[in-house]
Amino acid sequence: MALLKEHTQSAASQSISDVWPSLLGVVPFGLITGAAGVSAGLSVLQTMASSLVLFAGAAQLAAYQLMDSGSPMLVVVLTVTVVNLRYLMYSASLAPLLADWKRTWKVVGAYIMVDQLYALSLHRFREERFSSPLPRWVYYITGSVLTWVVWQVAVWVGAWLGAKVPPSWSLDFAIPLSFMAMVFASIRDRPTAAAALVGGLAAMFAATLPYNLGLIVASLAGIGAGMWLERRRSA
Amino acid sequence: MSELMIWVTILLAGVVTFYLRYSFIGYAHRMQTPEWFRRALRYVPAAVLSALVCKALVYYGGTLQLTLSNERLLAAVIAAGVAWRTKNVLWTTVTGMLALWALQALGL
Repeated sequence: MALLKEHTQSAASQSISDVWPSLLGVVPFGLITGAAGVSAGLSVLQTMASSLVLFAGAAQLAAYQLMDSGSPMLVVVLTVTVVNLRYLMYSASLAPLLADWKRTWKVVGAYIMVDQLYALSLHRFREERFSSPLPRWVYYITGSVLTWVVWQVAVWVGAWLGAKVPPSWSLDFAIPLSFMAMVFASIRDRPTAAAALVGGLAAMFAATLPYNLGLIVASLAGIGAGMWLERRRSA
Repeated sequence: MSELMIWVTILLAGVVTFYLRYSFIGYAHRMQTPEWFRRALRYVPAAVLSALVCKALVYYGGTLQLTLSNERLLAAVIAAGVAWRTKNVLWTTVTGMLALWALQALGL
């Protein structure tokens, strides 16, 4: 029991020391996201509401971009779904690790799921000291809540500052720019490169499709290209 | 989009996002996904993000802008170099914005 208590206490400090470097990236990304929401025509309140409800930077930016160009609701929701499909993957691999949690904490843990804590948890929970539920809970919740708080404050400051910037500054251009680094980070091999290339080219050709459906069509084309190349290479 | 529709959109997008995260954590015992679906998920980030970038470069302000005088396209090429080398969101965004403002000031 003494050992468990020690592991539980060290779990919080371990979580903070693992998470803080990524917060250096969360702050500017949150500022950009907040400013983008306002420059897309949302109020500071709507930008904050979307940030609290979604808590997903890439999806928020995609939604703002689409709302700005006058897409219908269904297309915005569908695109957010596609951008956030990766959470389905995270959920599948985190599920066995959070299996002993109470339902309320599963709900909280799902809501505050972020890329960093997903990756860090999978890595840490293989260690002996994280073999019981309590240290795991402390580790995951500490890091996620910290990220959540920093993110929301950054978005709020960004929205507040962005509201004071005139449209001639073209701040909306920050949205595709911020995605660009993520594109290159997501390319790990030839099939993922093919997915990015085909998705991008298809989006240009399909840019004028009605209701902004081009994004969904292009995404599916990119995913298809990646899967096709993967199958061809393994055959 | 009307004020009401903006709120409905935010709410719906939030509900969908929550259930994507909660899916396996909450309903692991009932969830079955086919193998092809799990393989497809691997390509989601690259395909979707790239589509978002490329679309925004050629289509903004409500029209298609496929000309060489498209300053955003030029600024994006410069930013892409930074994105490729650093994979850093902040540096890429800062470089791209500075490039755009410089090109606009030059009036090319």
